[in-house]
Amino acid sequence: MSARTSTPAIAALRQQIAAMEGDGGRSRGALPFGLPDLDRRLPGGGLALGCLHEVAGGGNGAVDGAAASCFAAGIAARLPGQVLWCVTQADLFAPGLEQAGLGPDRVIYVEAGDDVSVLACMEEGLRHGGLGAVVADVARLSMTASRRLHLAAKGSGTTGIALRRWRRQQDASDFGQPTAAMTRWRVSVLPSAALPVPGVGRPRWLIELIRARAGESFDLELEACDGTGHLGLPAAVADRSAAAAGGRYGAFA
Amino acid sequence: MVTAADRIAQQQGLHIGMPVSKAQALVPGLQVLPASPDDDAASLERLALWVLQRFSPIVAVDPPDGIVIDSTGADHLHGGEAAMLEALIGRLMMSGVTARAAIAETWGAAHALARHGPDPLHVAEPGTAETLLARLPLEALRLPLATLASLRTLGFACIADLLHQPRAPLTRRFGPDLCRRLDQALGHVAEPIEPLRPTELVEVRRSFAEPIAAAETIARYIGKLVIQLCAALEERGLGARRLDLLCWRVDAHVQTVRVGLAKPQRDPQRLTRLLCEKIETISPGFGIEILSLTAVMVESLEARQVASSLLETTAPDLSGLVDVLANRVGARGVYRMAPVASDVPERSVTRVAPLSDPVGVGWPDHWPRPARLLPWPEPIETVALLPDHPPVWIAWRGVRRKVARADGPERVFGEWWKRDAELIAVRDYFCIEDEAGERYWVFRAGDGENAGTGSHHWFLHGVFG
Repeated sequence: MSARTSTPAIAALRQQIAAMEGDGGRSRGALPFGLPDLDRRLPGGGLALGCLHEVAGGGNGAVDGAAASCFAAGIAARLPGQVLWCVTQADLFAPGLEQAGLGPDRVIYVEAGDDVSVLACMEEGLRHGGLGAVVADVARLSMTASRRLHLAAKGSGTTGIALRRWRRQQDASDFGQPTAAMTRWRVSVLPSAALPVPGVGRPRWLIELIRARAGESFDLELEACDGTGHLGLPAAVADRSAAAAGGRYGAFA
Repeated sequence: MVTAADRIAQQQGLHIGMPVSKAQALVPGLQVLPASPDDDAASLERLALWVLQRFSPIVAVDPPDGIVIDSTGADHLHGGEAAMLEALIGRLMMSGVTARAAIAETWGAAHALARHGPDPLHVAEPGTAETLLARLPLEALRLPLATLASLRTLGFACIADLLHQPRAPLTRRFGPDLCRRLDQALGHVAEPIEPLRPTELVEVRRSFAEPIAAAETIARYIGKLVIQLCAALEERGLGARRLDLLCWRVDAHVQTVRVGLAKPQRDPQRLTRLLCEKIETISPGFGIEILSLTAVMVESLEARQVASSLLETTAPDLSGLVDVLANRVGARGVYRMAPVASDVPERSVTRVAPLSDPVGVGWPDHWPRPARLLPWPEPIETVALLPDHPPVWIAWRGVRRKVARADGPERVFGEWWKRDAELIAVRDYFCIEDEAGERYWVFRAGDGENAGTGSHHWFLHGVFG
């Protein structure tokens, strides 16, 4: 990854591209993850605020969406304000979300009957503007729907996270379809580091940035959210020199 | 004369219609209260008003002892017809009122089933009114006493006897009332309910010379009505918590729309928006001739000064959003979670209103908790050493996973103060991680030694992120 150049020429080009994209509204800044390895590779130095982002689980996570929901909860926890979480099936366990940093007082759940009303509720939340973040468990997300959500997020400055979660493993191929989301993440579980005693260590995730507007994709092995919603660097990586850390690049469609 | 007797009195041998002196002789020290029909009627009306505010927009008093509710379009807000009846009867019982209730297709049938049906709670399936009514006595038909007596003399005992009689001789002998009541109960003749509208209720209405039907027209008049209503509310210093829009169609049917608000409001824009979102649920039929808008539940709402400070940022007001969402998915669908002091995972969370005050505390953080909890624990196959080892492998939903790492057991004891069955029940929870890194929350019912503590079957209860 080349260092972010800040020559005026490139800045002007970026502005031109932004004007062509027609997103209107100025950029609302970015939420850094607090990990230089991750933030360095994201355009703007973090997760762009006031945009739509997509998160899905890898493997079985596409169906249970557990790791992806912790990842989304960690992001939402670090944004100020209440969080609206739209679901179709009420299987989120609030104590689990609290351990990812999102306390019970901050989440308003909306249990909508079907995917269409989940999207409608999410858009309603994004348009309101008083929320910190809106998360929704979404199975199908069409280009049109995601564009609406993205524009709603742009308009109000509320960050939207579409948590892609499917009923069946086969439906997860839908994740390749283009959407208007700013970034697209896939969070898969990895075996945790062996402890010197019997037991389970801190969960570890393979975090893949599959698509990012104005950015490059990469993947990174990280430790799951702690009680404040921050991801951690695995000890083995943290101890390595900066140059050797997380040097892999994936090619994704 | 005894006009009313409760269950205890009836057990003592008293019955309605016996002279008071006889009753006093039968039960020494009997407390006799004089009957006051006016007070009864007034309290029945108060009860009807309470039902109107909580359950359905169209409620009327059915004297002398009943309340009739049109539950069309209101039952789904309470989780279905049976659930609504149960909630209604349960809340009445808590306030000391013993009641019987029935839901049927017509007022007449529901009236009959509630008073003369076999069960205190009855939900009649559509289309079964005739078979259900046939078994009931003639009193169920709301007929004058004289008619009942002469019918009895003629040998009629229950409604079934009347159903297949030729109508003409009956009408000639008893007047049109008998057949009308019969038809009303069976649904051949419409019987509109004149909804209860107490004078203190804030209501605005508008009649149309020409019936309206288009959605845009309805929306325009809703906007006008809301402005009138808000002005009326402002005069009294009130804010609406619940609004009913009644659309009287030309064919005497009433379509209702009910919207609830999380906080008292009288902002015309907001109320109009909430009502207009529901227009698609109104079926105008041949046209609507009267629109009436009522604030059935109001709370005082005084103008408040907003603290204006350059430094302080006030928390954004989410009540508008919550109202919109609650009216779209139902008031039960919008909630926050709050902790409950219970070790049993599914009981450790409860739903609270989305705008209730922050609880401030969370759950104990000693053990990791899964991000997703299955609605019911799913049985799994395992091989595990008893009494306290985690499984070596598990098979869940047809997939076998070898357990690489595990934590546990975390022992959860049954809450014996809640149910006898949980007196010695135990669950041992383990957090397991398979070779691919998938983490599951599994438990064994029972402590692994004493069969009385559980079945010793294994279940999967949650998935960690």
